[in-house]
Amino acid sequence: MHVTSPVREPLIQGGKTYADVTEDICRHVEGAPTKEWKIAFGISLVVLAYGSVCLAWTWWEGLGVWGLNKTVGWAWDITNFVWWVGIGHAGTLISAILLLFRQKWRTSINRAAEAMTIFAVICAASFILMHMGRPWMAYWALPLPNVFGSLWVNFNSPLVWDVFAISTYFSVSLVFWYIGLIPDLATIRDRATSKISRLMYGTFAMGWDGSAKTWARYEYISLILAGLSTPLVLSVHTIVSMDFATSVIPGWHTTIFPPYFVAGAIFSGFAMVQNLMLITRVVYRLEDYITLEHIETMNKVITLTGSVVGVAYITEFFIAWYSGVEYEYYAFFNRMTGPYWWAYWAMMTCNVISPQLFWSRKLRRSITFTFFISVVVNIGMWFERFVIIVTSLHRDYIPSSWAMFSPTMYDIGDYIFSFGLFFTLFLLFSKYLPVVNMAEVKAVIRSTSANLPKKIAGVAKVRQQGTAEPAFNKDSE
Amino acid sequence: MAELTGKYLVGVYDDDDTVLHAVPRLRKAGVKIQEVYSPFPIHGLDEALGHPRTRIGIAAFMFGVTGCCVALTLMIWTMGIDWPMIIGGKDPISIPNYIPITFELTVLFTAFGMVTTFFISNGLSPAAHNHKRFDVRSTDNKFVMAIDMGRNSMSEDEISRVLRDSGAEEVNIKQF
Repeated sequence: MHVTSPVREPLIQGGKTYADVTEDICRHVEGAPTKEWKIAFGISLVVLAYGSVCLAWTWWEGLGVWGLNKTVGWAWDITNFVWWVGIGHAGTLISAILLLFRQKWRTSINRAAEAMTIFAVICAASFILMHMGRPWMAYWALPLPNVFGSLWVNFNSPLVWDVFAISTYFSVSLVFWYIGLIPDLATIRDRATSKISRLMYGTFAMGWDGSAKTWARYEYISLILAGLSTPLVLSVHTIVSMDFATSVIPGWHTTIFPPYFVAGAIFSGFAMVQNLMLITRVVYRLEDYITLEHIETMNKVITLTGSVVGVAYITEFFIAWYSGVEYEYYAFFNRMTGPYWWAYWAMMTCNVISPQLFWSRKLRRSITFTFFISVVVNIGMWFERFVIIVTSLHRDYIPSSWAMFSPTMYDIGDYIFSFGLFFTLFLLFSKYLPVVNMAEVKAVIRSTSANLPKKIAGVAKVRQQGTAEPAFNKDSE
Repeated sequence: MAELTGKYLVGVYDDDDTVLHAVPRLRKAGVKIQEVYSPFPIHGLDEALGHPRTRIGIAAFMFGVTGCCVALTLMIWTMGIDWPMIIGGKDPISIPNYIPITFELTVLFTAFGMVTTFFISNGLSPAAHNHKRFDVRSTDNKFVMAIDMGRNSMSEDEISRVLRDSGAEEVNIKQF
């Protein structure tokens, strides 16, 4: 039957039973909002309101309120877009790729990470709308029959690919997340005491009853969705990188971009997951579910992807010199020693050096240090996009048009808007939906929890009573 | 999901291993099991119950093929036939440039088609929110086995004895 190596720590600690899991996770959904939650939500709403005012003025007045000039035509808007999309890669990576790799530790964090993904993609999409300047014409990006003759969108353009990639990624992630939520919504529905919550959770649980037939199909479609989402998550940042790589701007026109962007996306996404989970586990007392093992494993992923990013930076720099193309060489030399040297070195320090500190077991198991490094990584990844976008543009071929970019309060305000939006959505999620996937955690408890010996004994007793050996292999999963 | 009617015997187990071992035992004793309800998936349970393997994968593949065809047709027709344009010196119909969107739409159609099929085949819909249930604890920590008395020739006492012998901690009667 179940065999767990004694050297591995159980994924879920505290000897939880199935009922304990339900109780621990449902408690915060069912109770009234705590004072801390109300304060945090209030702050998020204020931030969102301030950001909305800035955004409203941006749209009312036009993009001239940003600090853009005719040399630097893309700056914070696209930096923020790429940054948020990158963050939005961790959730689907955790739920899809780690599902295919049978990494069971993902079960405690996949729900919150997927929610984070969805909210991060919403924030990213808001920058797409912002930088259009006239968001009411956003539908022009879609291949719709129109009144200007039968002129269609240009399917050769990576910007159009991006429209399809981001919207597919968003909707498929949403479906994956919702499918995972249904069994847990049913649990809440069956515990609900008030009529309104029974109706609300019941409607979204759609009559889920957990029959063996439903579960078999559920597991099957989860696996296919994971198989679909794995190339999808890689394709999204690949296509985002092609927005740059298919142009001929020195510093952008490189073939290394897709893998380099994808690694960076996973790197920053995991850092954001760490930030959110470290707070969530304390606020909702989930220390038994999100253990030091989970934190350490995520830190290992951060170190791996951080190293990939570091190698990419160095390769890119080497190739710029080795290619012998003077414009390419200048673009990189200028990043390092030009007027934006501080952004470049902030990026190098935060992204290349800081994750290497996790080679120390003591540091990667330290919660305070993990939180600090996660923040540092996110700052570094923001600077990476800023360096790629602004320093490649600000000194173009004609020295007379060289310029610097400085953000106005509307650049900053629109960025603040995305934070307000993100935290408002995340707080609503963490209050009204279960932050840990109860059904999946119960399934991992079965094979890894501390009460395992008791369970094996129970099965042995049934067998002694003369049960026929089942004609299937249970552990063939 | 067919509407539940008639009289059912409901065996409640408190462990997934027990219920998994109970299924072949009951079937051997000649009991026809309607269904088993659990708070999480139990591997091998559907096979033990004799449920046929799901064919939802075939549906998913067909949706994927549809998505792929829709994407290619859309791009070839708009870019190559309806308004041919040479952009960046490429042919109006340049298949390599169509690969990203073809991939995305294939994934989109597969995911949505498959999930819709899943909802329909399991009778899941917002309208089904007050569906009849055997035991609500089956979404918490209990494993619930339902036996349709109308489909079994054995007597109620006999079946409930087999249920208890197989490890059920409760045997209830449910009349719909």
